[in-house]
Amino acid sequence: MALIRDLFIQGGQMLLLLVLAPLFTGFVRKMKARLQRRQGPPLIQPYLDLIRLSRKEVVLAEQASWLFRATPYLVFAATWVAASLIPTFRIDLLFSWSADLIAIIALLGSARFFLALAGLDVGTAFGGIGSSREVMIASLAEPAMIMVVFTLALIAGSTQLSNVAEFMASPQVGLRVSLGLALFGLVMVALAENGRIPIDNPATHLELTMVHEAMVLEYSGRHLALIELSASLKLLLYVSLLGCVFLPWGIESAGASVPTLALGIAAYLGKLVLAGFLLALFETSIAKMRVFRVPEFLGAALMLGLLATLLRFVSGSF
Amino acid sequence: MMLTVVLACAAALLGLGVLAVGIARSASATRIIYGASMIVAAISCAAAAMHLLTAAAPESAALPVGVPWLGAHFRLDALSAFFLVVVDLGAFGASLFALGYGEHETAPQRVLPFYPAFLCGMTLVVLADDAFSFLFAWEFMSLSSWALVVSHHRVPENVRAGYVYLIMATFGTLALLLGFGLLAGADGHYTFEAMRAAHPATLVGALALILAFIGAGSKAGVVPLHVWLPLAHPAAPSHVSALMSGVMTKVAVYGFIRIAFELAGPPAWWWSIVVLAVGGVTAVMGLLYALMQNDLKRLLAYSTVENVGIIFVGVGLALAFRAHDMQAAAALALTAALFHVFNHALFKSLLFFGVGAVLTATGERNMERLGGLIHCMPQTAFLVLVGCAAISALPPLNGFASEWLTFQAVLLSPQLPSWGLRILVPAVGALLALSAALAAACFVRAYGITFLGRPRRAFSPLPTETDGFSRAAMILLGCLCLVAGVLPGLFIDALAPVTTALIGAHMPQQSDLQWLSIVPIAASRSSYDGLLVFLFMVISGTLAASAIHRLASDRVRRAPAWDCGYPDPSPATQYTAMSFAEPIRRVFGTTVFRAKEIVDLPPPGDIRAAQLKVEMRDLIWDFIYVPIAEAVSVTADRLNPLQFLTIRQFLSLVFGALVILLLVLALWP
Repeated sequence: MALIRDLFIQGGQMLLLLVLAPLFTGFVRKMKARLQRRQGPPLIQPYLDLIRLSRKEVVLAEQASWLFRATPYLVFAATWVAASLIPTFRIDLLFSWSADLIAIIALLGSARFFLALAGLDVGTAFGGIGSSREVMIASLAEPAMIMVVFTLALIAGSTQLSNVAEFMASPQVGLRVSLGLALFGLVMVALAENGRIPIDNPATHLELTMVHEAMVLEYSGRHLALIELSASLKLLLYVSLLGCVFLPWGIESAGASVPTLALGIAAYLGKLVLAGFLLALFETSIAKMRVFRVPEFLGAALMLGLLATLLRFVSGSF
Repeated sequence: MMLTVVLACAAALLGLGVLAVGIARSASATRIIYGASMIVAAISCAAAAMHLLTAAAPESAALPVGVPWLGAHFRLDALSAFFLVVVDLGAFGASLFALGYGEHETAPQRVLPFYPAFLCGMTLVVLADDAFSFLFAWEFMSLSSWALVVSHHRVPENVRAGYVYLIMATFGTLALLLGFGLLAGADGHYTFEAMRAAHPATLVGALALILAFIGAGSKAGVVPLHVWLPLAHPAAPSHVSALMSGVMTKVAVYGFIRIAFELAGPPAWWWSIVVLAVGGVTAVMGLLYALMQNDLKRLLAYSTVENVGIIFVGVGLALAFRAHDMQAAAALALTAALFHVFNHALFKSLLFFGVGAVLTATGERNMERLGGLIHCMPQTAFLVLVGCAAISALPPLNGFASEWLTFQAVLLSPQLPSWGLRILVPAVGALLALSAALAAACFVRAYGITFLGRPRRAFSPLPTETDGFSRAAMILLGCLCLVAGVLPGLFIDALAPVTTALIGAHMPQQSDLQWLSIVPIAASRSSYDGLLVFLFMVISGTLAASAIHRLASDRVRRAPAWDCGYPDPSPATQYTAMSFAEPIRRVFGTTVFRAKEIVDLPPPGDIRAAQLKVEMRDLIWDFIYVPIAEAVSVTADRLNPLQFLTIRQFLSLVFGALVILLLVLALWP
């Protein structure tokens, strides 16, 4: 019985993420538009886009290989599996022990690996520029992320995300310098990984500074729909990760009575609204930086992560 | 019993080498030699695996060959059995691959005799149980692989590679010789049995360890002793490159582990500092070099340098934990290192085979002249993709499993009491993380430029899929990569006897855990389950595919590439290997390689083409090796007049030297 309940919660959370991801993207866009005193597209615009894209035919470049066609599914699978291992409204996910934070990062790394290959597959200049910049950004963002994970793992005594979240929700965590550094590092990595301003602009096309959009330029139809959905999922993943580690309230409740579940979901939605608003505010108030400033930005994130880890190594009280 | 089988296999390999001298010019020689090597390797591998899996007691034997008063001692224990499995698995794959690949060899008489001899040498190194046999087998391995490196001796590059290799190999052996000399002590106990029993003084042990690190490290390719490796590994035929990169570097790691954990006595904590720092730097430097290469085989050789770095980080952590009596953590770190040894042997061999297949099909190993091979070599392309994903540490393949274990070992190190290590280990962890991310960049570049995109050069006839034997070898290794990634627990359990023998502890029995997941130490609350991750990915990918194909449009239209509306038909407009590496070169290369871009823009009216030149320097070569080479040549010039002395002067020189030596002996306290 308990197993069925847990399965239900795990499955429910996976579906919830899938359903919420486009909505969250739409929400951020709407907030940004309102902050810029525009009306903006309706909240459900991303769903409409996905439906429209999936109805269209796929226009495949003549020299595209099977890898190009398989990549959207691989990217989606890796991102969805990674996202479904992040506690959103419940800590005790059934399968959370099957992959820890390091594995979640590596799963996102797999998605990026195949996406970068797909960028090179058609043999166009734009695909190449996107891929080469993406791997450059990743080569700094990923170690920064791992250092943040090290910090969290050293504080909580486990790389398992549910254990980390549980520890963070407990009163023994307190205010720590290393946690603050890790928070900054994680936010910077999240901005870079999701291609948000100031690293990349998710709203542009035909701009020499674009990274993610250049990589997926040749995709169309249902393939593009899957990639867009994966990008939304990834954004939601990072927001959920920040939420469950740094704002772990509302998910620690044991038992599966309807009120606690409802409370958990409400808390989660509240966190999303807050995160969406902050992201929109941040993106509106800052300009995009040159591509070759990005290494400095991410180098700072890496140093923050390293410093946080070092503090933890030096003394347990930081 | 198993030792007899394994020694018989080594003798058989030696016999094959002799046989090959006789029959090398006959048409069927390739088939006979590689086929027989494959069978012998399979038998030897089975025997070693049996010894390892049954956790049998060590077996030793003394043969009346070699140095008269010593004989030759051999011993098969858990550590040598594990490395024998790695050697023989690599040998089996390489022989299977060579059954097809070797047919294209232009000068088989230069390869066939040395190939089995090389295998024999590696087998004997891991079996040797006294210093003389060890060094003899080590040199035998070096020289036979040297002969394979210069098998295409008319290529000037190969000759240079062979020369550098010979010098570095001699240097390495010299360091090992001195190290063993120290461990043997004044009375000359050259058997490992005696060395194990004697506990050398701390200083002697430390010196021996440093010498062993230099000796084994130069063979394994740690920075800055790696310079020969990217020259020599690519020069050999591809199946030999696979053996040198995937297996011979591991034999060197074996040599270091044997000395550091068994022979050099109780460890001091600061030993590990050297190993850790060098390992971390090696990991990152190897990849940065790899990212700047356009030659596929050289890129793979540099990536071997990186993986050796990761392995040495694991070994260094194990040394640190062992010095502080943290047995469980030491067992974890050593298991991570050994598991990575096994994994790297698999995927590096696979990748070298893939490059061999590309080389056979196109005659080209420069990425800048390849591209689009996924269309004409689909199976090779798929298998190489598996290898690239595994080496980039992507779950659920095996590279990730061993890297995950290494990270878990790093996370246990705040419990170390010494401050130096506490500050060093996070930095090494950051270097490891950096190298993992750079590995993905490096292999996206290697695979994307070679197999994807449009062909950068017209081939006539078009490249075709490689032969059945080569594909079989790649399929075997690819499947093993997946199995080791999905079921890492089985392999970790198999390593338990090794760590028990060396450290006195082993990782928790993984097969007792639910769902075949793995945990680093019993008290830890972290776990990873390759099988479930694999299943989840398969399920969600299939779900997405079936949902999309049921609900969405399934129409596909082929059209020219979009490329923002301006597609250019010339393949020269796509990204090249150089341009792909440009952002990373700008970020890391300006400091590490002093990379400079020089734009040569002709003035108006001048019709010559504009040029962009990239200058990079290999600082290690320029600042360490070139000065040494210059010093040697200056000294040689100074000593040159000694050649032209008269006979009286020569005799007085000899007499003088004798007197000085006797004086030293007389005055020695």
